[in-house]
Amino acid sequence: MTALGFELTVALRFLREGRMQTALIIGGAAVGVAVIFFITAVLTGVQGDLIRRVTGAQPHVVVKPPEETVAPLLAGTPDAPRVAAVQARPQRLTTIDGWPALARATEMTDGVLAVAPVASGSALGIKGDASRSVVVLGTELDRYLRVVRLDDKVKAGVLQLEPGDALIGIELAKDLGAVLGDRIRVQSAQGSSEVFRIRALLDLGSRELNRRYVYTDLRAAQSLLGIPGRITNLDVSVRDIMRADEVAGQLRAQSGQLIESWIQTNNQVFAAINNQNIMTLLIRVFITIVVALGIASVLVVSVVQKRKEIGILRAVGATRRQMLVVFLLQGVMVGASGALLGSGLGLMLVSVFSRVLRNAEGQALFTMQFDFGLVGAVMAGAALLGLLAAVLPARTAARLDPAQAIRG
Amino acid sequence: MRKTYNAGLPNAEEVLHGIDLQIQPGEFTALIGPSGSGKSTLLNAIGLLESASGGSYHLAGRDVTVFDDDERTRARHDVLGFIFQFHHLLPAFTALENVMMPGLMRPQGKGGPAVIRSRAAALLDAVGLRDAYDKKPQELSGGMQQRVAVARALVVGPQLVLADEPTGNLDTHAGDSIFALLRQFNRDSGTALLIVTHDPRLAARCDRIVELVDGQIASDRANTVAGA
Repeated sequence: MTALGFELTVALRFLREGRMQTALIIGGAAVGVAVIFFITAVLTGVQGDLIRRVTGAQPHVVVKPPEETVAPLLAGTPDAPRVAAVQARPQRLTTIDGWPALARATEMTDGVLAVAPVASGSALGIKGDASRSVVVLGTELDRYLRVVRLDDKVKAGVLQLEPGDALIGIELAKDLGAVLGDRIRVQSAQGSSEVFRIRALLDLGSRELNRRYVYTDLRAAQSLLGIPGRITNLDVSVRDIMRADEVAGQLRAQSGQLIESWIQTNNQVFAAINNQNIMTLLIRVFITIVVALGIASVLVVSVVQKRKEIGILRAVGATRRQMLVVFLLQGVMVGASGALLGSGLGLMLVSVFSRVLRNAEGQALFTMQFDFGLVGAVMAGAALLGLLAAVLPARTAARLDPAQAIRG
Repeated sequence: MRKTYNAGLPNAEEVLHGIDLQIQPGEFTALIGPSGSGKSTLLNAIGLLESASGGSYHLAGRDVTVFDDDERTRARHDVLGFIFQFHHLLPAFTALENVMMPGLMRPQGKGGPAVIRSRAAALLDAVGLRDAYDKKPQELSGGMQQRVAVARALVVGPQLVLADEPTGNLDTHAGDSIFALLRQFNRDSGTALLIVTHDPRLAARCDRIVELVDGQIASDRANTVAGA
């Protein structure tokens, strides 16, 4: 007892004395923390799953050359308007010239994780008698893998794009009657054609993509599409997927290119995710407030109950500050131990529910990320909360007049 | 070191009217008077638990009327000891811990927790509670609890102990032994004592009797018939 110092000793003993109250409030704090833990885990898991689905095999941001706009040659005046029928030219493949410089500049932009060059266009995929309309995507595989995680989409085969290799979607393979190792011919709209060996079958997350996508190496695509040395777009991955729009904005400002982020393309999903985040934040805030009020109210009661004891301590020489510290310490200890208990409870809840709730593929919807750092942070936060909750009761205790408190 | 208390008029109802009192070191003084005469108020004022509305108060050579709350608390701690009518021990702590409590509030000045512990143990032994170190107050009789309170009042080595009806809640036998303890400490350590009491028998065993009537000192005489 003596080793701990006066205030801590008294605080601990007071807590022990009011066993039920202490248990109640630690329990309350624990439940609050557990709930916060749980909904955070669920939210992160569910959102991550959703985003994975939505973005699928798409990059976070795409850099494309500006679309050709068509303007009338003759402009009218307000007095003599002209009516003209404007006919847009049939779409040509627009390309980015000098892309290495643009790629480097993009890589250096704040928030960008990786950049990969892509030459893509429509083509025909042919095997024997079967032919299907496809999209050829020529790229440098090692760079592309840091933009789109093709590696967790491989259904069969190995990921490699040496010259002459191709990776195709599983539906396309089915449609063409092709298997791993088979050769297919790809013929572009520009007329050139080339033969590729299928090195891997990919499940890109949607039937559309699985029916149409053919990945090849960059040079093969460039020659197929008749754009040697040029690319049609730069695919970009960003650090914080929810801030892709900001990165896109920055890229827009610094280059003259057309920039699209996944958020623009899927803005309803993004809005829904944002709303969810806001609501979860509100829930967490209110839980925190409730727990704080609980701690404060229990401590207020404790101060009232212990009037005599506080009076005695003050009479025999405890200063106001010492009494203040005694009650502040009680708040801190209740908060920290409630958080510790709550973290354990939260972890249990998550692991139980992660077995029960599964997504469409039967995978766990959210996994347990056990993070000592997180538990430490939660405990520190709860201790601080306990401290703040204890301020008013502690000040009341400190202000008690010893003579009156003893008289009772 | 003298404790001089002059002209106190504590609260708004003017309970005390012009008290002029001096307590010498080592004096064993009884404070008597009818109910409502202001004995407890005077004791509280001397004990720095209440402030006087006027006049001056010198405790151990220092003018405490200008002290702020922290300084008064410190003076209470260092110079005074308290024994209340109801023992007022802390129920959450053992007898030994209760006695140690004043020392633990400021352990540095007393040589550290270990020294305080041995002093507390010695005091408990001296009051005859050698076997009760680890007992909680609820486990002790009224007389034993009051003896713990006496030990607590002395653990810091005060110059003046204030006792408000220390035997008021005890039977004659227990009361007598408490009184004997106080007498003994007074003789052995030279601690001054001021005891508020209703009981004229007890008053008769003190060295000096101060009588308070209606907030004023009616008489203040040395008691030549002092007993044991």
